[in-house]
Parts: sequence; C-alpha cells; structure tokens
Amino acid sequence: MVDNDIVFQISNINAWYGEKHVLKDISMRIKQRKVTALIGPSGCGKSTFLRCLNRMNDFIHNFRLEGRILYKAQDLYSPETDPIEVRRTIGMVFQRPNPFPKSIYNNIAYGLQIFGIKDRAKLDAIVEDSLRKAALWDEVKDNLGQNGLALSGGQQQRLCIARAIAVNPEVILFDEPCSALDPVATAKIEDLIMELKNEYTVVIVTHNMQQAARVSDYTGFFMLGDLVEFDDTKKIFTTPANKLTEDYITGRFG
Amino acid sequence: MNRLAYNKLVDRFFKLAALAATIVGLVFLFTLVWDIAHDGAGRISWSFLTSFPSRRPERAGILSALVGTIWIMGLTAVFAFPIGVGAGVYLEEYTKKKNLITRLIEINIANLAGVPSIIYGLLGLGIFVRALSLERSLLTGALTLTLLILPIIIISTREALKAVPFSIREASYALGATRWQTTYRQVLPVALPGILTGTILALSRAIGETAPLITIGALTYIAFLPESVFDPFTVLPIQIFNWVSRPQKGFAVNAAAAIIVLLVLTLILNSIAIYLRHRFQRRIRW
Ligand SMILES: Nc1ncnc2c1ncn2[C@@H]1O[C@H](COP(=O)(O)OP(=O)(O)O)[C@@H](O)[C@H]1O
Ligand SMILES: [Mg+2]
Repeated sequence: MVDNDIVFQISNINAWYGEKHVLKDISMRIKQRKVTALIGPSGCGKSTFLRCLNRMNDFIHNFRLEGRILYKAQDLYSPETDPIEVRRTIGMVFQRPNPFPKSIYNNIAYGLQIFGIKDRAKLDAIVEDSLRKAALWDEVKDNLGQNGLALSGGQQQRLCIARAIAVNPEVILFDEPCSALDPVATAKIEDLIMELKNEYTVVIVTHNMQQAARVSDYTGFFMLGDLVEFDDTKKIFTTPANKLTEDYITGRFG
Repeated sequence: MNRLAYNKLVDRFFKLAALAATIVGLVFLFTLVWDIAHDGAGRISWSFLTSFPSRRPERAGILSALVGTIWIMGLTAVFAFPIGVGAGVYLEEYTKKKNLITRLIEINIANLAGVPSIIYGLLGLGIFVRALSLERSLLTGALTLTLLILPIIIISTREALKAVPFSIREASYALGATRWQTTYRQVLPVALPGILTGTILALSRAIGETAPLITIGALTYIAFLPESVFDPFTVLPIQIFNWVSRPQKGFAVNAAAAIIVLLVLTLILNSIAIYLRHRFQRRIRW
C-alpha cells in the first residue's frame, strides 16, 4: 500500500546519542510537494529527527538509530542504500548560513562538479537558474566572482538554498533557516519556501510558531523526544487535540 | 601597608621583572648577531658563495655546502610534505572514532616531535645507510630529516584541519559529496596556508640541523657538486662546524660569514611562513 503522495514513511524510530534517548518511537508520513513543519521547545529532538531523513547523523559517531524510514519505496538505512545518493536526493539547508569560502559561482557549481558536470555553458545555466529560484539572482548577477562570505546573512542563506537546489534534489530539509536572520531576510526566505513547494517536498524545523503557521501545510509538535501531535497545520493551530500542543502554541511554555 | 598598595607593588614588580627578562634576551640576541655580522659580513662576496672549500681560508667558499643545503631542503620538502599531510588528514578526517590505536598513534607522534635530533640520526644510520645501503648520500640525509620533521608537519596539519569549521564539511556532505571530495575540495584548500606555514617552519628547523647529518656520516669536506641524489653531500651547518673547529683566524671569519648566509636562508623561510599566515587571516572570516 504505497501511497504515491507519501515520500517519507517513518515507522517507530528511536534514536540515541550514546546512552541518551532523544527520539522516542516516532512515526510520521510526509507528503510530497507539501511543507511539513516541525516545532517544539529546543532540545526536543527536531534537528536530530530532520537529520535522520538524509543520513546526516552518520557523522556523529555515538549516534544510533532503530526503526525504519522509507523514502518512497527505499529503506534509507538498509545496507544497500548509498548515503551519498540519499543526500544528493534529499538536500539540506542549515541553521547558520554556511557558504563555502569561495565565489558565489563556485559555491553553486561545486555540487555539480563533484558529479562530473564540467561543461561551462551547462554550469552557467544551472547557476543562473538556481540563483533565480532562490530569489538572489538580481542582487548578485553582476558579481558572481565575489566571495560568498562577503554577502549579508540573509543573502548567504539564500545562496545556501540555491546551492541545495542546484543539484536537483527532490526534498529540501531546512533546520531553523531563519534563526540567525533579521525579520526582512526572514520574510524573504519564508516567501521562497512557499514557492519551493511547487517543485520540492519541504520539511522545515522552526521554533517560530508564526512561521510554521504561515508556511506549512502540516505541523508536527515534538516534546522531549516524543512526537506529541502531527496534523494539518490549520488544525494544530486552531483545534489541537493534545493539551500539551495547545499549551505550547498559546505560549504557555517553551 | 594596606592590601591594595601591596597588590600594586607586586604588580609593578612583575611588570619590571618581565621587562628585564625581555631585555636580557634581546641584548644577548643582538650581541650575537652583531658579533657575527661584525666578523663575517666583510667576507661575504660572490666568490665566497661560488668557491669550494679549501685549505687556505681566504680561497675557501661555501658552494658545496650551500648547494647541499638547498638539495637537502628541497628533497626533504618533497618527501615530508605529502607524507605528513597525508598522515595528518588521515588522523583528523578519517579516524573520527577515537579508539585505543588512534590514541596510541597520537601520543606517539606528540612524543616523537620532542625526541632529540641525534636519535633520528642513529635511526637514519640504521635504516638508510646500513639496511637500505643508500650510503651517506643526499637521499639518506633528506630521508633522515624527513623523519625528524614529519611529526611537526603532522601536528600542524591536524591543527590547521581542526580550525576549519565543521559546518563547511556538513555543507559539502549535504550536497552528496564523498569524504574525499569534501576533504580535497573544501577542507584542504582552507587549511592549506596553515599547513604550509607549519611545513615551512619545520623545514627552517631542519635547515640548521647538524647532529643527525653528522651521525649518518655526511662529509665535512666536499669539493664537487652532487649530480644525483645518490651522491655524497655537505650542508652549511656542517661546514660551519668544521670551520669553527679550525685554529686559523681566517676560518673563524669564514664560519661567521657562512652563519650569516644560513641565518638569511632561515629568515627567508620564516618570512614566507609569516606572509602566508597573514594572508590567511585577512582573507577568511567566518
Ligand atoms: N552530537 C550530539 N551528541 C550528544 N547529544 C546531542 C548531540 N546533538 C544533540 N544532542 C542532544 O539531543 C537532544 C536533541 O537535540 P536536537 O535534535 O538538536 O534538538 P532541537 O533541534 O529540537 O533543539 C538534546 O538534548 C541535545 O542536547
Ligand atoms: Mg535544532
């Protein structure tokens, strides 16, 4: 019963850092070309959960995962699955903008070059296209040789989005992409995320509830490693089923 | 005397003591440099740089020693850089899980950096001269000095890699890059100035080494230039050592002049290192 709308089928996952149990028996289905937001107080496991979806936790040596995550029909953690392939298909934008200390052009071209694309015209075209999709092209088109680190924080984050888009992923994961940005830059990124769902499946971690309410179609509320509630965003923010969710979204804690 | 006044007094005392220590150090250094410059500067000339050693001090030059030093430095850099950087990259980027073996290797490397250089000379004598029958050649000298500076290069490579933020690696992995692509294309370029600085400083230590080269049997009198890496050689410190031990006044002057040349070489190497470090700090800011 593989539903074509479902891209991630997460079944009963548990995760540990050493002895510390940080994700507790979580199941969730994430739909294609929708924005799914993950909210909850800090330290509740949102980032850990997000990084399970593209195997970025592989680099943390005391990390351990149990349970199953299907991406389409593929088990992400089966031995036959190539994590490189997974990360290629499921891109990520991080909490702090992290452009490479290279030119804007090379920041974007890198992801293509490592997969053997050398043709200059092709690279040029993809760089432009990605920057346009990330709403950055008009600001940088005359200065593609400039170092990515010389951009403002908001521009850097859009550069990181362009970089993620360039390798043509199917999913983009965002881990609190606006937490280091001012309100104007934040608004731009939010607009962008709503654009992106026309082409990509988006999962976004945020601790800003207004942001979740504005940009997402579905929202999951995490607390202390539990997925307390997962539903339509509208439902979560108007008539949550769980008392804890209600307390959290009305600002009574967190 | 109240407590506050007492504290101030102690404070002032330590300030003066530190100043005095600095001045004593500088005075010694300047005396040394001035003394050598005074003795040797007049002796430096084109013919001094381009003549072979001789029994007559006024006709002797440092050609074979200078060429030997340049050969040895070049070869040592060629051997030590890739091996040292490779080992540093392996330890820093590929063995993230700290197990007993990697710990042991780390402790060993840290200790090796502190082993007296003559021990490396004995090692070189045993391995390269005897076991591999490379004789007292340039190759033996360079390989021995390679062993000597490898720990320093490995350690400075690791420090330079540690200074590269993890977020750069994450960004690369998240695009589907392999560990090698991430290391080679993103991490190493950022760490390179730091690695080069460490390597050059290590080389500038090696350039003055005498004991290990004498231990492997480098000659003190060479009146020809090496034509291949299997030829015997001498280097500036050995030439200086040789001249200093002669009774004639003329050789003491030669020694002083050769010391100036050696100091200039070291200074050039260190300036390159400082320049690289400077550029590195200016260019990259996170
Ligand atoms: N690398 C790590 N090693 C050990 N504990 C970690 C590590 N990363 C996160 N944790 C812990 O796991 C819990 C969940 O962290 P995280 O997923 O980052 O939460 P969130 O993103 O919701 O703030 C926290 O208690 C945090 O301290
Ligand atoms: Mg987080």
